[in-house]
Amino acid sequence: MKCVVGIDLGSTTTKAILLDEQGEMVGRGITNSRSNYEVACAVARQEALTSVRFSMLERAAARIPAPTGDRIRALIPGIREAFRLEVYLDELAELRNVIMAQLGRSLLLRDARKTMQPALSRILDDVATDAPRLFLGGAPRRSDFFRDLAGAAFVAGAEKLSRQEGLPFEPLVGCYDRAILEVETRGPPRDIPAIMERAVVRVLKREGEVDEGLRNAFKGIVADVKSMPIEEVAFVGTGYGRQTLPFPKQSIRSEILCHGRGAHRVFPGTRTVLDIGGQDTKAIQVDHAGVVTSFQMNDRCAAGCGRYLGYIADELNLGLHELGPLAMQATRTVKVCSTCTVFAGAELRERLALGQQRSDILAGLHRAIMLRAMSLLARSGGIKDEFTFTGGVCNNPMATKILRDLVDENYSSAIKLNAHPDSIYMGALGAALFALDDARAGRGGILPNFARPSEAAA
Amino acid sequence: MTDVSTTSTSASARDVPATEKDRSQLRQKQMISDHFDRLARAKEEGKKVVYTFVPGNLTELIGALDMLPVLPEINALQSGMRKRSAGFIAEAEKAGHSEDVCAYVKCDIGMLKRGNIGPTGTQLPPPDLLLLSYTGCFTFMKWFELLREEYQCPVVMLHVPYQGNGAITPEMRDYVVEQLKRDVIPVMEQVAGKKLDMRELERRMELSRRAEDNLVSVWESARHRPSPIDGYFGGVYYVGPIFSAFRGSEDAVAYYDELLSEVNDRVARKEGPVTPDGIMTNEKYRLVVEGPPNWTNFFDFWKMFSREGATVVSSTYTRVGGLYDTGFRHNPDHALESLADYCLGCYTNLSLPERVNLLESYIRKYEADGFLINSVKSCNSFSVGQLLILRQLEERTGIPGGFIESDLVDPRYFGKSNIENRVQSYLQMLDARRQRSYA
Repeated sequence: MKCVVGIDLGSTTTKAILLDEQGEMVGRGITNSRSNYEVACAVARQEALTSVRFSMLERAAARIPAPTGDRIRALIPGIREAFRLEVYLDELAELRNVIMAQLGRSLLLRDARKTMQPALSRILDDVATDAPRLFLGGAPRRSDFFRDLAGAAFVAGAEKLSRQEGLPFEPLVGCYDRAILEVETRGPPRDIPAIMERAVVRVLKREGEVDEGLRNAFKGIVADVKSMPIEEVAFVGTGYGRQTLPFPKQSIRSEILCHGRGAHRVFPGTRTVLDIGGQDTKAIQVDHAGVVTSFQMNDRCAAGCGRYLGYIADELNLGLHELGPLAMQATRTVKVCSTCTVFAGAELRERLALGQQRSDILAGLHRAIMLRAMSLLARSGGIKDEFTFTGGVCNNPMATKILRDLVDENYSSAIKLNAHPDSIYMGALGAALFALDDARAGRGGILPNFARPSEAAA
Repeated sequence: MTDVSTTSTSASARDVPATEKDRSQLRQKQMISDHFDRLARAKEEGKKVVYTFVPGNLTELIGALDMLPVLPEINALQSGMRKRSAGFIAEAEKAGHSEDVCAYVKCDIGMLKRGNIGPTGTQLPPPDLLLLSYTGCFTFMKWFELLREEYQCPVVMLHVPYQGNGAITPEMRDYVVEQLKRDVIPVMEQVAGKKLDMRELERRMELSRRAEDNLVSVWESARHRPSPIDGYFGGVYYVGPIFSAFRGSEDAVAYYDELLSEVNDRVARKEGPVTPDGIMTNEKYRLVVEGPPNWTNFFDFWKMFSREGATVVSSTYTRVGGLYDTGFRHNPDHALESLADYCLGCYTNLSLPERVNLLESYIRKYEADGFLINSVKSCNSFSVGQLLILRQLEERTGIPGGFIESDLVDPRYFGKSNIENRVQSYLQMLDARRQRSYA
């Protein structure tokens, strides 16, 4: 399969989108940007390439007539999750190796090594034992990033052990903190076909009674798909770290253009786009074809962007994804400053000390962010119908609710507000669309020094 | 002025041999150096020193009375380019000036507090007179109030009425001429210790006119493709002599003769402007820019454009010290009236509608692909209404505008990656619009 790649290297997350030659999305991947852009880029790209295999699987399954085809199609979501589980278990094994190696080298922990080693082993065993529940239990995960999932499970395990057996908590967690950096910056390669094979075995085993015909048909299309070549014919990079991507200059596009184009592709009626990312807020106007006609960005200060919410979540000891739902429970909106993240944090603590409800304060914080965004939107030329909200913050229900209220108050309730659950990928999608233009115009290109993740089947 | 570096190269430029570096630029450098040497010797030679501002400067008058001008904004921007402004600003803040005060003012005050060592390393003499020619910037008035306190010297103010209705009326001209006769010239004569020789003033104004004719020809050379000049980044060098101490001098005439001849040579060779990377060879975008440049990262800022093949074909900042390309020239036959018209016509004294008209005329005359506003944090005089200017220009010309934000000489307000992101986004937006739609 020939495809084009769009990579959006954001300050917080790195996203990759793959389109086939017809422009249909066939794969996507996301990872935290870490401090190593190249690894983040390679991880997101590999995830997207893997996701292409699943798209191929779905397409192959669609060609098999019912009832076998229906039954195979029903198995595919389970394979996706099992695949994630297998990758997670591989990463856990890697984490274990790094932790033990670092422990062996540490002079500081030399005396504690005898007690730490078995304790760490037990924690990691428990994390691995609990892993299938995370992926195959059917409940939503708080994050898809290894760092978040393994970190939360490890900290819980360390807490339990230090409570039950009086082991010091900090040195245990310190081992994780040191090791995760090394594990993350190693990134790929992985043997994707082998992991896929294990995922299939796991799913079929879980399904129990699967007749031989179905088993063989399923294994057959998996075998076909996992060895099918994927040829990446054009790349475009965008986002905060785009200059660090090893693409030729002509394959780099501004995120303004990419977000505008991505949003317009998903919602073709879009004329105004608001993108709130980790450290940028962008107000973009596009024409009927998705071409940017005007834009404004925050300057000098990133108060009001995604990182502002991250800081507030840390202050409240909450997960980022918990902020919006908690704010939705507010009965009133407390007025909070939006000009400085640090001041807002101080204001938060002061208001909590005065006995105000967390939900009410959070409602105020969300409003503060959206008011800043409204100012940028006004400066970019106002809000026109349709209005599409993108970036990581658009998955926050309170942010979207307040935005709707502000649009009603300041513009018109007739303006359609679009927010897609996958809006975080809009920049990468726009980049991939530019890559498709390049491929069609014969301008695709990959620099030879690009660190290609190992994909044995490709 | 600082040399335009020619050491590095990019895809869009080729090396400029050392001998090819503009002779006019070397000449200008020498002129400036000589002027600062004269200033350093001023006290021992008994020369009087007048501090004054670029917009509405009365350099011919100062020269005719055998006095030497000092231009604090020029010193401030030179300090910015020489990476000394941050220290000067910190010094001024220590003296009680807030973060939001005009960075030129703070840079100047800070320089004074640290011994008044000028851009070329020689000490600047204190002023014998502060000549406050008020042409639309309220901060100028406050600035000289501060300097009056520091130097305990006389101030004479020329109040130039704002061109609110977009035209210079006879009453406005008379009002300025009257002030020149009654207040400004008598005070200057008193400080100079001599009477004004009108013939000397007229002689200098004739020299001004000659230099102005050539400067306008230089501006208009940007109608060529490729444009042989950059009318903003390069333009700030071209206005150096005429905006500062040299208008009305033989030196300035020689400089503009030489500059025009160099520009004409570039036109003949179909060459682009000289950039920090050498001669630009691939003019891809023609832009008009509104607002002052950032001085602390001037070359970084310039390269953000030149390396993308963007030439600024015209700018308004290069008109703050005199607007000549709409027809005005100093006129020795009506010396005081033409000094009045000069002050009234400075870009800083124009109303918002007139600024929009001027920018529109530049966009059309120089066939610009786009226009960009650099909104300067600490200059309200420039920044107020710039978004309005942007929207009106977009409506009138159908060309999209870009908006970036920085500061004059306060390096804390120059976010390189942020500004670069905006510039690149803007240029890519122009590209996308050229294609009209995506595939």
